[in-house]
Amino acid sequence: MDFRDSPEEAVFRADLRAWLAVNLPADWSDRQPNVGRYDVAFAREWTAMLHAGGWTGLSWPVKYGGRGLPLTYQGIYLEECARADAPDHIGPIGLAMAGPTILTVGTPAQKQRHLPKILTGEEIFCQGFSEPESGSDLASLRTRAERDGEDFVVNGQKIWSSYAEIADWCILLTRSEPTSSRHSGLTYLLLDMTSPGVEVRPLRQMTGDPEFNEIFFTDVRVPAANVLGAVGGGWQVAMTTLLHERGTLGFALTVILEKLLNRLIATARTVQLDGRCPAADPLMRDRIAGLWIDLQGLRYTNYRALSALLRTGAPGPEGSAAKLHWSEANQRLTSLAIEMMGAGGLLDGTDAWWGGFWSYAQLRSRGNTIEAGTSEILRTIIAERVLDLPRSR
Amino acid sequence: MDFAFSAEQDALRTTARRYLTDRLPLSRVAELADSDAGWDVASWPELTALGWLDEELGPVDHAVVFEEAGYSLYPGPLFASLALARPAGYRGAEPATLAFADPGRPATLAGTAETTCRAERYGEGWRLTGRKTFVPDLLGAAHAVVLAAAEEGPGCWLVDLRAGGATLRPLSTRDRTRRLGELILSGTPATPVVPAAETARVFADVRRAARAALACEAVGVAQRCLDLALDHARNRKQFGRPIGSYQAIAHRLADVYTSVALARSLAYWASWCVAERDAAADSAAAAAGAAASDAAVLAAEAAVQTFGGAGFTWDSPLHRFYRRAQWIAAFDGGPRNQRAGIAAMLLD
Ligand SMILES: Cc1cc2nc3c(=O)[nH]c(=O)nc-3n(C[C@H](O)[C@H](O)[C@H](O)COP(=O)(O)OP(=O)(O)OC[C@H]3O[C@@H](n4cnc5c(N)ncnc54)[C@H](O)[C@@H]3O)c2cc1C
Repeated sequence: MDFRDSPEEAVFRADLRAWLAVNLPADWSDRQPNVGRYDVAFAREWTAMLHAGGWTGLSWPVKYGGRGLPLTYQGIYLEECARADAPDHIGPIGLAMAGPTILTVGTPAQKQRHLPKILTGEEIFCQGFSEPESGSDLASLRTRAERDGEDFVVNGQKIWSSYAEIADWCILLTRSEPTSSRHSGLTYLLLDMTSPGVEVRPLRQMTGDPEFNEIFFTDVRVPAANVLGAVGGGWQVAMTTLLHERGTLGFALTVILEKLLNRLIATARTVQLDGRCPAADPLMRDRIAGLWIDLQGLRYTNYRALSALLRTGAPGPEGSAAKLHWSEANQRLTSLAIEMMGAGGLLDGTDAWWGGFWSYAQLRSRGNTIEAGTSEILRTIIAERVLDLPRSR
Repeated sequence: MDFAFSAEQDALRTTARRYLTDRLPLSRVAELADSDAGWDVASWPELTALGWLDEELGPVDHAVVFEEAGYSLYPGPLFASLALARPAGYRGAEPATLAFADPGRPATLAGTAETTCRAERYGEGWRLTGRKTFVPDLLGAAHAVVLAAAEEGPGCWLVDLRAGGATLRPLSTRDRTRRLGELILSGTPATPVVPAAETARVFADVRRAARAALACEAVGVAQRCLDLALDHARNRKQFGRPIGSYQAIAHRLADVYTSVALARSLAYWASWCVAERDAAADSAAAAAGAAASDAAVLAAEAAVQTFGGAGFTWDSPLHRFYRRAQWIAAFDGGPRNQRAGIAAMLLD
């Protein structure tokens, strides 16, 4: 057991820290149109800088534009980004879901075609899994893909698709055998979002921002070369994606929580509650400390899972637990921020503290226990697959 | 970064689990808990032979031992000896404890300046006069390190509890496997072990060691409660199905699993920080202590509920784990105090 960086890791960390100090514009978070929200223009600019600096695809193979380093380096990268309060790469779905899935099951041509561009930010991916009638019960999905010569023809609808409004590509789960049911007869496609017949309609979230979308498909032709994995084997490929989503997500989520906790501490020192700083209120202090404990618990659980992964080659079962705990910690944190502002918590936008940062963050956090597997579904996964309890269905 | 235990530490865990399961199964622990002594004195030389008392063992080795001791609810002065008396200056392999709390004063490891117990020179030696309370495993210990104040300030003295110069009074304790006692000193001969100048540093060490140890023990307690509950949830049928197939049961146990997973990560991290005297050791030990004691209480309560009526009986081992979890939650100010320490680090 040793939590220190190896000499190589220490050099990497120092280089990255120095690079961030020079390259990260000090005012990036304040010059956004709405503080704390996703800013596409800046995210593109920043992604290009990250890529030029050699900080993307740290654990991806060198021949696809990565650096071929152990996953530990990705952890260091995310920690240092949290420390510097640096923004994210523009393509999280490509980096954490599409990319790893293509790496695992893709053809050499698909790897060559997509992986380098995911890293540069030239190809932004979205995920088309959920449908109006198929959410938690993903295997009931109905979007059709019918073989026609060298193409598949796609008809149907996806919903809640984040980043579809800016995406160049979509990882799309379809039913390719019309008479099939459940997990069989599904096919996983890489779909070019500029194809004729694709229509994206934004949906406003409870925050007021349109950050996810409906996608309608009308006779959209997808070349058979864009099938990822086997025709009819889409479920297995989708499980690879979700394993990666829940497996490698831990570090990224912890970083989000760390940045927010730093912000919470700054807020606690700045605002007034009942005529004093929340930082001096024993009840607030107790809850802030509790969140710090949550954060450290998540961080070291990520490390423990990573250690197991590096030793055994298989991700440990902690991934689902980390997502579950993170989402609820994030909700507690953002609600505490609103509470500590007292009447100030009633405000949003320009009159609110830091441009309404907490108003947005608190409302957005309610999505955390729904997206990437609802908390109920995650608890069932833990119960059945980790704790070996009898199936509920 | 490497989170794994060494091969030796893995072996230590395997041997500990085997020894405790064979020699002190839960039925035997229950007998001992209901006995006058509260523990099996003959187990001590066995622990010594297993190497648990070796001076070479560090906090990460102790993490393994304490987790296993918690898992099997080992009744005996292991925590008091290794995590209280040792860091307070006791050298030796006999059972020992630390008497730090005074009646009517805050019973935490932070209040060294508050002690009313007096230490005076007497010829070549020293004598102690005063009362110490809430002394863990006092009746099982051969020696007590005692916090007392001399003219120079507060320090620690070692008292031989078998020499007859002190009165030991058992306190009626909820956790019958880790009883507390009151130590009455009236001119009792004692040997100095910690001079006044060192006291603050030594007590900071004791607090870190105790918190890390109890965190590991609490993880063991929580894991055992979870394992017992899972076993029951898989086998007990109602309405024609195993109760573990009902989400109200399954999801609660999934939450327990999550809490234990996080607490375990923190407990191991804290033990490593203590071993390395890392700059984060105080906060790590506080975080681990708070998270693990919360997880142990959560797990024990969920287990009682999962067992239904059978979990509510005296014959069930669950109340013994529950009492231990609560013992841990009350020691040295508990999670509230630990979070207060973290808040000071973050906000002041
Ligand atoms: C912010 C956000 C971003 C998203 N981004 C994407 C994206 O990019 N791509 C994409 O494909 N999808 C995305 N989703 C969709 C998300 O994956 C689904 O919302 C989620 O899987 C739940 O499906 P549903 O909304 O249909 O709810 P339902 O499945 O209808 O669930 C409704 C409620 O019932 C509960 N429930 C359902 N089944 C069970 C059961 N068996 N046992 C107990 N409780 C159950 C659920 O937990 C939930 O509380 C996003 C969602 C959100 C909120």
